[in-house]
Amino acid sequence: MWRYLIPIGLFAALVAFFYVGIDRDKQTLPSPLIGKPAPQWQLPSVEDPAKMVSSSDFAGKPYVLNVWATWCAECRHEHSALLAIAQRGEVPIVGVDWKDDRDQAQRWLQQLGNPYVANAYDGEGRVAIDWGVYGAPETFLVDSQGNVVFKHISSMTMEVWERDFLPRLKGNGTSR
Amino acid sequence: MRRVLVIALLICVIPLARAIDTAPAFDDPAQQSRYNDLIHQLRCVQCRSQSIADSNVSLAADLRRQVRELMAAGKSDAQILQYMTDRYGDYVLYDPPVKPQTWLLWAAPLLFVIIGGITAVVVIVRKSRVAVDDPAETDPALAGSSDAGAP
Repeated sequence: MWRYLIPIGLFAALVAFFYVGIDRDKQTLPSPLIGKPAPQWQLPSVEDPAKMVSSSDFAGKPYVLNVWATWCAECRHEHSALLAIAQRGEVPIVGVDWKDDRDQAQRWLQQLGNPYVANAYDGEGRVAIDWGVYGAPETFLVDSQGNVVFKHISSMTMEVWERDFLPRLKGNGTSR
Repeated sequence: MRRVLVIALLICVIPLARAIDTAPAFDDPAQQSRYNDLIHQLRCVQCRSQSIADSNVSLAADLRRQVRELMAAGKSDAQILQYMTDRYGDYVLYDPPVKPQTWLLWAAPLLFVIIGGITAVVVIVRKSRVAVDDPAETDPALAGSSDAGAP
């Protein structure tokens, strides 16, 4: 009897493995930055190369860092959500324009609207490497202590905002 | 003879013609081989199934540039790999470290060898016992009857 149980048991174990794996997101890499101090950076702004934007400009308060580019189709898709979030005024959104063309980026902001309080131009992608960016769009939440609290990969939506960002933002506001 | 040598040399150059890495070569061959080792150990996180040495995605080029700069800054191999894992996690390494989260990954081959070995031993022991216990095998008088159907 037990000789039949062995293959059945092995099969059940295999099914269990596949069941656990089937819903797991294999495209999204967990960020090692979560819970750690956000990288410090300083970059020229998208609008004006002479003007610098720096992480210290936003220190002391929570902020959202959104990595985008005009070559990124998903970024166009998420832009309306970013505008809506900016409209709510819960937290400033800082843009990092990643490996992009500055003129096109300026045109993008003029045509689609500008949800960002400031926009940093990372033409060489150096700051993006410090943030562990491997695709656009990516959106980070930094708390008032300057720690990275959350990272969302791919398009931002209102659903993601309310589910993943808002609770962490509120928790940060009341507990500290 | 000389022509053969020239052709042989040209064949040696073929791998260089792939030119995924368009950055200039190092002057020091030791540094070049160190660089090659490093970029083969790092995964292109954007393209997943390639190392940053094999990928022409722009992020891979950025990471190769970063490796060069860190080498120029006098960082050790371990420091450079740490720099990458600090930013991209263990997934960036083709040779993941042994940790509680990865022990199953590392132990799996050994586990399968052990399971296979135990199965083989059990099967062999059982087969040999059956052969010994089978009267047909030990008693020549009964051998004919059990093989009656055989030609």
